[in-house]
Amino acid sequence: MKILVAVKRVLDYNVKARIKSDGSGVDLANQKLSMNPFDEIACEEAVRLREAGVASEVIVVSCGPAACQETLRSAMAIGADRAVLVETDAGLEPLAVAKLMQHVATKEGVQFAIFGKQAIDDDAGQAGQMFGALMGWAQASFASRVQISGETATVTREIDGGLETLAMKLPAVITTDLRLNEPRFITLPNIMKAKKKPMEVIRAADLGIDIAPRTVTLHVGEPASRKAGIKVADTAELVKRLKEEAKVI
Amino acid sequence: MTTLIIAEHDNAVLKAATLNTIAAAIRIGGDIHVLVAGGNCAAVAQDAAAVAGVAKVLHADAAHYEAHLAENLAALVQSCVRADAGYTHVLAPATAFGKNVLPRVAALLDASQVSDVIAIESPDTFQRPFYAGNALARVQSKDAIKVLSIRTTAFDPAGAGGAAAVETLTAAGDLGLTTLVGREVVKLERPELTAASVIVSGGRGLGAADKFHAVLEPLADKLGAAIGASRAAVDAGYAPNDYQVGQTGKIVAPQLYVAVGISGAIQHLAGMKDSKVIVAINKDAEAPIFQVADYGLVADLFTAVPELIAAL
Repeated sequence: MKILVAVKRVLDYNVKARIKSDGSGVDLANQKLSMNPFDEIACEEAVRLREAGVASEVIVVSCGPAACQETLRSAMAIGADRAVLVETDAGLEPLAVAKLMQHVATKEGVQFAIFGKQAIDDDAGQAGQMFGALMGWAQASFASRVQISGETATVTREIDGGLETLAMKLPAVITTDLRLNEPRFITLPNIMKAKKKPMEVIRAADLGIDIAPRTVTLHVGEPASRKAGIKVADTAELVKRLKEEAKVI
Repeated sequence: MTTLIIAEHDNAVLKAATLNTIAAAIRIGGDIHVLVAGGNCAAVAQDAAAVAGVAKVLHADAAHYEAHLAENLAALVQSCVRADAGYTHVLAPATAFGKNVLPRVAALLDASQVSDVIAIESPDTFQRPFYAGNALARVQSKDAIKVLSIRTTAFDPAGAGGAAAVETLTAAGDLGLTTLVGREVVKLERPELTAASVIVSGGRGLGAADKFHAVLEPLADKLGAAIGASRAAVDAGYAPNDYQVGQTGKIVAPQLYVAVGISGAIQHLAGMKDSKVIVAINKDAEAPIFQVADYGLVADLFTAVPELIAAL
């Protein structure tokens, strides 16, 4: 069974977004870009499934500019077998990504796909579920445990107030939540090995798929910021102020 | 112009998040229809019909809707939209329920989705935060059917006073892709995190899972509060994942948010900075949480929290 893992190159988790002065978007020039953390969890899970003998091959796929090859190499250093870049410099909405992933998944004949539950740049949280819809596959978002046996994936997912477990008929797609696994540390030998793994580049423009954006970003600005309040000397002052000033208790 | 809202409910009662979503639809204008799909959920359809602003309730009852699984539900929404050319908007709350099903609906309708809408400027222009709330976008949707997930904390719930007609839908077939094996839902003695007026939230500063509970629970009991946690605390195993407040967890906006031993990473602030009053207790005076706190107490939480409980 082949597994497709979708990865996205995003502004690094530790870097604060800087908004362009013309309000057109977030400035990514000269910033550190890394793999979306939930996609690292997705790679790790796929590699574990291969190591457990459940999967035969892990294919990592990214959609975006040529620089995404670096992110795909990181995914192969975690242990993915090969990579596909669907290259485009155009801005992609999650629906467009889902369509491009559908193309690759169909061409490769994958039976299982793992997406991150959300990318930490656009915070949309859509691509995995959209991919499921386009493929007509079973879906389990926010997965915290995955077991595959025969034609069934048993997936535990995080819901409000607890957990639920689904039995899914393969083929299926899941999106990863935090506690699915802890991605392994990437070692230097594995980085070297990843450099030799195959990387296929497809041009999105050659596929005849409608990836034009459906929304126009009119303006990007700073949200209203919250002012720092005061420091209180002790708990007695805190309680007094909460009761008399803020009137919240 | 008609908005279709996918109701969140537990087959017994309508969830409050649905009321916030109806409030957002009222801002869009036009008619509002609410789809209540579930198993033996006629009471919920009646609840929805009594919400002010709702023109019609579509009630679909079948065993394969009972667990609200995304595949069957999304297909049902698609068939509703196909059956009535009047629909211009499809909305769901941006909760675990809505986040699961709505993107699947959007893709079936070949529409882009605007996630986490916090303001409606016009029927096609919306505001949404991204980059963990560090940027705010004004976006205009060009899709014929606009699909929006609604950040519940940004809209006050719609009130009572409606008398909508309830129309029974014929259930679509069961796709049979997924079955529910079981749910482990913790029965909380406390208010639900996203609905609580007071939240006590703990971070890495608590140091261990037993201390997290031993320190925070008495304070939460005293304040009648829900308990939340930072991602760092969840990662460290001090608290379950559904306690997580922040960019990748829950977005909350209580009257009072008490951050205990939380440093205040931007990802955490994204989930709680719309709280009315924020209190921070942290021994590090330089912790970024103090930059958003109305009241900061620089102190060792292990002595400050018991003192605070005694003083309340």
